[in-house]
Amino acid sequence: MEDEKIPFWRDSRVLRIVGQVVALLIVFTIIFFLGNNLVNNFQRLGLTFGFNFLDRSASFGIANPPIAYSSNDPYTKAILVGLINSLRVMFFGIIIALFLGIIVGISRLSDNWLLRQLATIYVETLRNTPLLLQLFFWYFAVFLKLPRIDNPLTFGRWVFLTNRGLDIPWFGDAQQTWLGLSVIILSIILLVVLWRRRIYAVEEQGESGQIWSWLSIAVAIAAMIIFCFGLDWDIPELNNNNIAGGLNLSPEFATLLIGLSVYTAAFIAEVVRAGIQSVSQGQWEAARALGLQPGLVMQLIIFPQALRVMIPPLTSEFLNLAKNSSLAIAIGYNDIYSISNTVANQTGRSLEMLLIVITTYLTINLIISLGMNWFNRAVQIKER
Amino acid sequence: MSIKTYWKKQWGSLLITGIIFASLNGCGNGGDNTPSNGENSSGTSSLLDRIQSRGNLICGVNGQLPGFSFVDENGEYSGMDAEYCRAVASALFDDPAQVEFRDLSAQERFTAVQSGEVDLVSRNTTWTISRDTSVGMEFAPIIFYDGQGIMVRKDSEIQDLEGLADKSICVLSGTTNEQNLADQMRKQGINYQPVVFEDVDAVYAAYEQERCAGVTSDRSQLTVRRAVLANPDEHEVSSVVLSKEPLAPMVANGDANWFDAVKWITFALIQAEELEINSQNISSFENTEDPQIRRFLGQEGNLGEDMGLPNDFAARIVKHVGNYGEIYDRNIGQPFGLDRGLNRLWTDGGLLYSPPFR
Repeated sequence: MEDEKIPFWRDSRVLRIVGQVVALLIVFTIIFFLGNNLVNNFQRLGLTFGFNFLDRSASFGIANPPIAYSSNDPYTKAILVGLINSLRVMFFGIIIALFLGIIVGISRLSDNWLLRQLATIYVETLRNTPLLLQLFFWYFAVFLKLPRIDNPLTFGRWVFLTNRGLDIPWFGDAQQTWLGLSVIILSIILLVVLWRRRIYAVEEQGESGQIWSWLSIAVAIAAMIIFCFGLDWDIPELNNNNIAGGLNLSPEFATLLIGLSVYTAAFIAEVVRAGIQSVSQGQWEAARALGLQPGLVMQLIIFPQALRVMIPPLTSEFLNLAKNSSLAIAIGYNDIYSISNTVANQTGRSLEMLLIVITTYLTINLIISLGMNWFNRAVQIKER
Repeated sequence: MSIKTYWKKQWGSLLITGIIFASLNGCGNGGDNTPSNGENSSGTSSLLDRIQSRGNLICGVNGQLPGFSFVDENGEYSGMDAEYCRAVASALFDDPAQVEFRDLSAQERFTAVQSGEVDLVSRNTTWTISRDTSVGMEFAPIIFYDGQGIMVRKDSEIQDLEGLADKSICVLSGTTNEQNLADQMRKQGINYQPVVFEDVDAVYAAYEQERCAGVTSDRSQLTVRRAVLANPDEHEVSSVVLSKEPLAPMVANGDANWFDAVKWITFALIQAEELEINSQNISSFENTEDPQIRRFLGQEGNLGEDMGLPNDFAARIVKHVGNYGEIYDRNIGQPFGLDRGLNRLWTDGGLLYSPPFR
């Protein structure tokens, strides 16, 4: 046998490099083609690309802006209002969905037949119908069917519920309010410290720790008094078919918040159920054999172990909720997508606004992922 | 190994390299071809030619606004904007049925034109300077002179904008209405809550459920929508006029041939009414001696061919769809009892005026 040189088209090292070059070429061709197409279309229509238009006056109104906004503010401010509105729904939505989801998920495994069936019906109904449909249902069949403004539902004279939203007392923007709020936050920190001291005294020193209990109660009462009287409360008042003062939570906000949370909770419930069922039966039996109550078994043994399985899929559900909040536009809530749409429509800068919206959602979701990944690492078994 | 198998292997690898090169070539061609098509559209070949070779017109309409464009339960479109699309199709193909309608929301309409998804948008769109310039549209002559109004409940006794202070007003997003409302309220220093929807049906559903004290839109739209509310008598379109809303069809900027065709098809509707030619009496003009009418109907001269349309394009439009007055009466005048007002011919004290067909 002579020492034959392998031709390059059969040399796997060369082929591998060629394959990668070809793949890269294809990707670049596609990008170039799309970019070229875009540039051509912009030229054909005589359009330019740029973000200078964002400084111009928005000249459209926004209902219930969370920060001071008027129609002669620039587009950037309008977009900021939208962003805050979006974040508001995402933040409270995730909290409500999580709690509701855990309750329903545990109920699906309950020994109580009725509870189990109810939880099953909840999950199967909400999981198997489109979210948009549910939002329309909440909006037109629930929140807009609430009593009209001339005959509002009132709770203790201070809370009004009508089809124009929920009006609740809210603190005014006075120095007194901020002072009061900081005192309350300080008392909460103090309470946590005091409570830890009590537990330390009970567990480590074998004392009754009653002094710490009394101190905690005193701090709590002081905080409550400041909460009730120290803040500059602005109470809603009804006169002449109009509610003035207080904070108005619009039916659009309520619809989106409730719709998103209730829908996502159905998925979270399944994640929770899967997590709990992944903990082996032996753990249950061992805990029961130690004489723990079923509630305590769940709280101390099963749930912490289930959490490890639950967190990665839970992250996806949170991300879904954040993205689904863009359906706000269908029910007239001013989230970032809906406001960007209006801006794009007024200025004709669809591409620029799309880029802004994409970047915003990407950033928000990356932050959520980052936070959840950190939390995930914190609850995993520490292997040393 | 034998030489035979060696050759086989070599042929195999050659074949593979060949396929890869061929596909690369294909890619390259694809990449080169499509942009050059795009260049054609801006340079030599007009959308007008492409529509004619395609054989139908893709027309963007509202679809949810009776009187202007509305889809019935059989999928048939009716209304003035839809008839306008049919007029264009008649001029191009001598067949009003060669239209493919696309329902567009207020938000979608500009992107649909920019991206070439539709050839033409006839969707009660207000002609404004920013839409004409920075949005990249080109507006055909105005086919409906309108103004923005407000509809309220009769029992609310709201007469003017001040009556809406601190109240909610329902409005459609992406419209000039949204901005005009903000302007007027800012001018008068009135605080209000706009409730903005993307879907026009949602706007009126929310208003009907008393989410809003009032709803604002073009007066024609309010009148037409009022007629389809559950209890029309409980509502009224107040006499306030917030703005001028000239509604016109639009095409994309940068295609002069197609724009000219659309422009003169629109003028033909108006000119036909001025010449008192309608779908009933058009056959009586076949042997007319009036040179103006002969030119208009394409019996002499070649006004149509000079812009890439058949010479008898105006005759085709009138034959199939009728003149402006007929379209108005059929879709808006008779069904909704809306007075023609500014939408009369200039000879009757209105604003409709066509430059000469000469």
